[in-house]
Amino acid sequence: MSSTATHHVSEEAIYHKAEWHTHHHHEHNGHDHQDTFFSKYVFSQDHKMIAKQFLVTGIFWAIIGGLMSALFRIQLGYPDEHFGFLSSLLGHWAPGGKIDPQYYLALVTMHGTIMVFFVLTGGLSGTFSNFLIPLQVGARDMASPALNMLSYWMFVLSSVVMFSSYFVSSGPASAGWTVYPPLSALPEAVKGSGTGQGLWLISIALFIVSALLGGLNYVATILNMRTKGMTMTRLPLTIWSFLLTAILGILSFPVLLSAALLLIFDRSLGTSFYLNEIYINGHAMVEQTGGSSILFQHLFWFLGHPEVYIVILPAMGLVSEVLAVSARKPIFGYKAMIGSMLAIGGLSFIVWAHHMFVSGMNPFVGSIFVVLTLIIAVPSAVKVFNWIATIWRGSIRFTPQSLFAIGFVSLFISGGLTGLFLGNSTVDIELTKTYFVVAHFHIVMGVAAFFGLFAGVYHWYPKMFGRYMNNTLGYIHFFVTFIGSYLIFWPMHYQGMAGLPRWYYTHSSYETFGHMGELSKFISTVAVIVFLMQVFFIINFFYSMYKGRKVTEQNPWEATTLEWTTPIQAPHGNWEGDIPEVYRWPYDYSKENGEGFITQDTPMKPGEQQLHH
Amino acid sequence: MSSTATTSSNVWGGGVSPFNVRWGKLMMWYFLVSDAFTFSALLVAYGTIRTMNPWWPNPQHVFRSFPFCGTANLPLLFVSLMTFILIMSSVTMVLAVYEGHRNNRNKVIMWMIPTIIGGIAFLSCQAWEWTHLIVDEHTRLTSNFFGPIVNGEETHGPAQFGQLFFVITGFHGFHVFSGVIINILLTLAVAKGTFDKKGNYEMVEKVGLYWHFVDLVWVFVFLCFYLL
Repeated sequence: MSSTATHHVSEEAIYHKAEWHTHHHHEHNGHDHQDTFFSKYVFSQDHKMIAKQFLVTGIFWAIIGGLMSALFRIQLGYPDEHFGFLSSLLGHWAPGGKIDPQYYLALVTMHGTIMVFFVLTGGLSGTFSNFLIPLQVGARDMASPALNMLSYWMFVLSSVVMFSSYFVSSGPASAGWTVYPPLSALPEAVKGSGTGQGLWLISIALFIVSALLGGLNYVATILNMRTKGMTMTRLPLTIWSFLLTAILGILSFPVLLSAALLLIFDRSLGTSFYLNEIYINGHAMVEQTGGSSILFQHLFWFLGHPEVYIVILPAMGLVSEVLAVSARKPIFGYKAMIGSMLAIGGLSFIVWAHHMFVSGMNPFVGSIFVVLTLIIAVPSAVKVFNWIATIWRGSIRFTPQSLFAIGFVSLFISGGLTGLFLGNSTVDIELTKTYFVVAHFHIVMGVAAFFGLFAGVYHWYPKMFGRYMNNTLGYIHFFVTFIGSYLIFWPMHYQGMAGLPRWYYTHSSYETFGHMGELSKFISTVAVIVFLMQVFFIINFFYSMYKGRKVTEQNPWEATTLEWTTPIQAPHGNWEGDIPEVYRWPYDYSKENGEGFITQDTPMKPGEQQLHH
Repeated sequence: MSSTATTSSNVWGGGVSPFNVRWGKLMMWYFLVSDAFTFSALLVAYGTIRTMNPWWPNPQHVFRSFPFCGTANLPLLFVSLMTFILIMSSVTMVLAVYEGHRNNRNKVIMWMIPTIIGGIAFLSCQAWEWTHLIVDEHTRLTSNFFGPIVNGEETHGPAQFGQLFFVITGFHGFHVFSGVIINILLTLAVAKGTFDKKGNYEMVEKVGLYWHFVDLVWVFVFLCFYLL
């Protein structure tokens, strides 16, 4: 029974390939199947086009999210000055050129929401999971191209709803990206908790649907559609990272959906799941009592903590790949890399309460979460050592992507070390709600994940568009961003240790923090410059699409993975003929017999030893 | 590719499905895992809020009514009937899936029809129970008259009782409703011969998985709201 069923599925796999094959012959003969503008660029079911759609949408959101931070840094750095352009940009939200305090909160909230969900989840995972999974596992497309397309359009719908919240009269959501009730539940508490917060919740619900459709597809494709010979331990580390990211998303996003659902009820239908004895301006909200706002925090962080790994794991995968290719060396500790990602993925589900040490939780429970949290440092350190060992004595090609990958490792170390401070509840109680936390998570998951994203874009751009990006602009982009990021976030550690609180609209009105004015001004200036300098990337990205140097070699970076065995402009279906078979792991660089690299589809030579077993 | 090439040692070797299932069924399983987390979160919220409250209504008292029986005290009888109906519809679904494996179109339709009827019957029961609670017992999202007895009078109980009941059974009911729609669409597709053309009735099995999952969730909802 079981063997006949196996036989059946295998036949189907072959049938699937044969179908693609004939499909292509049809295309070459020029009848059947005519691509229209809509089927090729808009409602495309080609995973490569969907990846580019995610990338361009992600870039749009990154500009908006970055602009938000530039605007509120202007307020923080120059709290007593008025800027005419602010009032022309923000209208009545910046009367006389000074940002309204309520709108300041909206800017911070939207910056966080956009960067975490729309750029570093949708834009990062959406782009590279879609682009690389079928190409690197050796599949014609995703398991379900239709659901894949739907996933992108749900993302667009979610984006439209979120963007529209900028244009409602009470402003966008203002309760922080963590939308803690009661602040987020009561419009009386802050203006943004009116329509803006409602749109935020709808948008995030749609986003969850998009992430779920994408994630199910990624997992099914990686497990089921690998080409012959592509065992799990021959998968590039990119694919392992996308697999774990997708699993994390499938398990954690539904919990956010439930949390959001209950919040929607509290906001709109008079329930009190999260509300209890709230007073606003001396008035008691007596109708809604008996709930627990801590409950929301638990539900939120059950998603929220895996979410930071959803952001960083794909970046880790991309960086691993780029570092091995650039250093011309096998990745160091391939299986340890997989093991540590599995450990990080598993641990990410049992550490959420370290975001809540000051929520009044039992200190004993807190101490358990401290131990579990600090254990994450072990697999993280394994990864860092492996990256360093990979580039150690390598013949590094200093392309922009390798610089960004190295920059990622630097940032991950710097930001990771402060994680050890914050993971200890005794230290965290002092440092929480200060700029120390802001500095920590921006370096370790914000800027680092962006560096992974940039490394990926520079590296796979030739495969995406058949042209190269400009290297000079890439170098300028890297050095400005790298140095700038440290100049922005390093001083914030000191501000945080001195007690400077997050979220505050202005620090200058507090005597304690008055002396930090100049430092804040410095940070703000650098932040605005770094934001403006991203124009080097934007121009490079869009200009190179049409005018960049054309790719003439099939495998420009001399990499081993399967995507470089496809034609330079890979058609829908990826390979013109049969899908290549895989005979070796993806990191055969600098073999002892003097070969620079051997692609995965090259059969093992007689007597050749596998490098990683 | 011969079946001998796919021995147990290299099912993970690429070119074949490691779990010996097509991607569609795999995705349905993963979706169900994901949906289980959605319900788990709601039930965790239920547990948290219920244990926070010093007093909680006794389900034997709240759910004591039966249609057309007036004020007769019949604790949990109606919900037992509902549960029985839903489980029976799972049984008929199993039989439909079984006939699907044998590509037996008429028998699949024969068993899908009682499955759909069972789903609709369950939803009708739920509609009656909701109506009874809202209209007769005045238990709503914001009020609950099942409170502790003080001086022989029933006082207000925790509002969260009604809130959790309506949100969670409502969310489950929405799943049942979606399931009924999907079952109807599936039956129409079977009747049209879609799966005969396709050569397999796997879609019946995938929809069956969803339907059993909705049943399974009800068992937990039943446990939380009616038994504990």
